[in-house]
Amino acid sequence: MRLEFRLSGTGGQGLITAGIILAEAAINAGKNAIQTQSYGPEARGGASKSEVIISDGEIDYPKVTEADVLLAMSEEAYKKYKTGLKKGGILIMDSTIIEEDSGVDARVYKIPITKLAREEAGKTIVANIVALGAIAAITGVVPKDALEKAVFNRFPKARELNRKALDIGYKAAQKIQEE
Amino acid sequence: MSKNKPILMQGNEACARGALAAGCRFFAGYPITPSSEIAEVLSEELPKIGGRFIQMEDEIASIAAVIGASLTGCKSMTATSGPGLSLKAENIGYASIAEVPCVIVDVQRVGPSTGGPTAPSQGDVMQARWGTHGDHPIIALAPNSVKETFEVTIKAFNLSEQFRVPVILLLDEVIGHMRERVVLPDIDSIQIIDRKKATVPPEEYLPYKPDKDGVPEMASYGDGYRFHVTGLTHDETGFPNTGSENTDYLIRRLHEKIEKNLDKIIMVDEYFMDDAEIALFAYGSPSRSSLSAVRKAREEGIKVGLIRPVTIWPFPAEVVRKAARKVKKIIVPEMNLGQLIGEVEKHVKSDAEVIGLNRVDGELITPQEVMEKIKEVL
Repeated sequence: MRLEFRLSGTGGQGLITAGIILAEAAINAGKNAIQTQSYGPEARGGASKSEVIISDGEIDYPKVTEADVLLAMSEEAYKKYKTGLKKGGILIMDSTIIEEDSGVDARVYKIPITKLAREEAGKTIVANIVALGAIAAITGVVPKDALEKAVFNRFPKARELNRKALDIGYKAAQKIQEE
Repeated sequence: MSKNKPILMQGNEACARGALAAGCRFFAGYPITPSSEIAEVLSEELPKIGGRFIQMEDEIASIAAVIGASLTGCKSMTATSGPGLSLKAENIGYASIAEVPCVIVDVQRVGPSTGGPTAPSQGDVMQARWGTHGDHPIIALAPNSVKETFEVTIKAFNLSEQFRVPVILLLDEVIGHMRERVVLPDIDSIQIIDRKKATVPPEEYLPYKPDKDGVPEMASYGDGYRFHVTGLTHDETGFPNTGSENTDYLIRRLHEKIEKNLDKIIMVDEYFMDDAEIALFAYGSPSRSSLSAVRKAREEGIKVGLIRPVTIWPFPAEVVRKAARKVKKIIVPEMNLGQLIGEVEKHVKSDAEVIGLNRVDGELITPQEVMEKIKEVL
């Protein structure tokens, strides 16, 4: 098993943190994982990309070549990275931000991630955690408890908020899968 | 087997943790992307264990403070990126001639000048060797994983202490910023080498009188020994002596203490080289792309292997010479337009064809590119 994730959006959305949490969750679940990132010199506002590879074996080349899963949380990131998604891969779009739909050959999940974070979790800042919940529900790459543990480890002071955010993402994805 | 649990750790953090494990107790630096996390971790950790962290006014002051701290007997380090290494160059020469152990980390980014702060490069390979003026020896190490960064940082301190030489740890942005699953070695299993302390009473101490291994014993300032340290050529007393005979003796001794101990300094990994007809020669993050390509090529029945130097200075000439007699072609992937390839060519002579694979756009060379190159030269 080797799965490549590309989490993309804008600096400040917490995508590098989300990548770190996903990789930690995979390690909690006994798998191998590697996380890399690229970003502009500006900390916020510029394009941001975090990549995670989860594998049962060795990971030599640390970067994503063809993503199995693409999370797009900005219009710019969506346009830039949609071609780097494997045919038949998984595309998770934040439909709060991206309206466009341009026939990518993928299983497309449109989830209003930012809106759910703002309105249901109560804080836009946890949009990255909502997204992680959705990724875990859709891909099944890490068990929910391993992911929860990794989130709590990263944010020990905001357990309730993050648990809620994770659940919201999970449920939103499950709901789409049932449809 | 280590008792430690697997964790996710960043390369820069592994460097800082390795320094602490090696016994580093002084860090002076000026933060710069992509090396800043090293300073960040050490600024938190050093004060907890009686160490000192100083953010200096610039890179020149940082290396100067590191040299000063080391002279008091304290294992010392600074960390920077290319622009900072340029500024530190002069004092690296000072540490070299005054034989002051210290570790200089350079997390390479695209240059020259401020270049591309967040993009990887291997543009500082020759600067690590020849950045400071004068005919000096140097050790430079280039790990390719988070775990190895931890281990090689310890090794950098050990070599620096053992041979009283500045050691440059050449990371690149990929290795520095990457987070990877690691199981750190047990602290008891780690070999630590400390510098030889002065064994004679202060009145008999000659600070630059070498032992049989070419390395002088090193007293610490503050221990009651009075001695002079200078960047001028000096004799055993430590005072300037620019006479030709003494100068020749000193410069040769500085080189010899490294050249006579290559077996302790040079670390090279080889993969699938036994029956290889083509060899890749790669270091740092491109060596990971290379290994990935080698595994794929082997699946297709292509006889290709990988030579991966961890020690790039002194250059592992013997390994390359040996390989050149066996293989037909050597491909050298580098994130520069050809730096270490010159050394490979120098030692291969006409035994094998040497081919570069170069990328300077701030992106890591991919396994696909390496694979294409292998097939192109087949």
